[in-house]
Amino acid sequence: MKCLASLRDIQKRIDSTSKTKQITKAMEMVSASKMSKAEENAKSFVPYSEKIQEVVAHIANSNMDTAHPMLEQREVKKSGYFVITSDRGLAGAYNSGVLKKVYETIQKRHQSTDEYTIIVVGRVGYEFFQKRGMPVSKSILGMADQPNFNDIKELASETVQMFADEEIDELTMYYNHYKSAISQIVTAKQLLPLTDIEEMAGSSSTSQYEYEPDQEQILKVLLPQYAESLLYGALLDGKASEHAARMTAMRNATDNANDLIDDLTLSYNRARQAAITQEINEIIGGVAALE
Amino acid sequence: MKTLTVSVVTPDGPVLEDSFDMVSCKAENGELGILPGHIPMVAPLTISSVRLKLENDTKNLAVSGGFLEVRPDEVTILAQTAEKPADIDVERAQEAKQRAERRLQSKQDDIDFQRAELALNRAMNRLDIAR
Repeated sequence: MKCLASLRDIQKRIDSTSKTKQITKAMEMVSASKMSKAEENAKSFVPYSEKIQEVVAHIANSNMDTAHPMLEQREVKKSGYFVITSDRGLAGAYNSGVLKKVYETIQKRHQSTDEYTIIVVGRVGYEFFQKRGMPVSKSILGMADQPNFNDIKELASETVQMFADEEIDELTMYYNHYKSAISQIVTAKQLLPLTDIEEMAGSSSTSQYEYEPDQEQILKVLLPQYAESLLYGALLDGKASEHAARMTAMRNATDNANDLIDDLTLSYNRARQAAITQEINEIIGGVAALE
Repeated sequence: MKTLTVSVVTPDGPVLEDSFDMVSCKAENGELGILPGHIPMVAPLTISSVRLKLENDTKNLAVSGGFLEVRPDEVTILAQTAEKPADIDVERAQEAKQRAERRLQSKQDDIDFQRAELALNRAMNRLDIAR
């Protein structure tokens, strides 16, 4: 049986748990509002991505012999991994899921660190790769919660440039795809070379275009922009997932705190009852001794 | 009179969607004027202003890096950034201009030079249109 002293201990734990609960509750609400904003951002990006995809598909399909280095598969000497993580933790499995997947893929595919390079968004990922001595060639830390295209433009064009300069021969992006507020899926998607353009044929319109000056010139401008826009799309997707993951994690924490408080209140009442019973026993014992 | 439906889209969302009589802009190989009924066309745009005419009214947009898709009754401008004169942050553009000029003067390697040149173009374009 617990003695009287533990009463105060239990009270202290209840207090500290409810303070934690307040914080997690607040964080949950903040994340929820950030998530809906991020979702909106991702939505407002859709018209741009659809349109650019349509034009790219159209050009690529209308003239299959238009050659462009970004469309061609070449021998892979060095792979690039574009990994999107968050800057802060407390987001459940958000970061660990992506990082685990990248880590496993790299371990499986490469023997030496010369065969790949990593481009990372977010402090968590950056520190993860640094700690393991994996080569990180570019990174952005402290990405805004609601990024706009300018925030990533430079990194995106440098990354695409790495491919154009044949520094890397393929580029895969890893991020959390936002499916819904409660479900985010770790996704690996090959970005460069752009091999899936032919598959998009069905979506393109049938009208025939004039090209000014010519198709090759346009592809030269268009494809890097397209690749950059895909990276930006992944970033928006990742951000929405991050806020959703954090919201879920914080909701779980709040629920757990509630459970804990319930349990502690129960044992607090029990201990108090025990103390009262003991006191009564002592008084009765004292009275009995007097008689 | 027939009009063109013009929509301007950027990665950060649609900027404008409206009907106009004429679109004039600067493509990579020269000025383009587009009237309703134009042949379907795709052309890359330079860092420049896009002018949208409706009757006697002209609207300007600062566009950087993008291209133009034309259909007979529809024009879509896909740009990395597109701003209306009122949305342009003049102070920021001025700072960017000075920064780019400083960088151009201190001769660096080619990539930085090119980048500074582009930055300068963007800043000048914004300032021109905001005026």
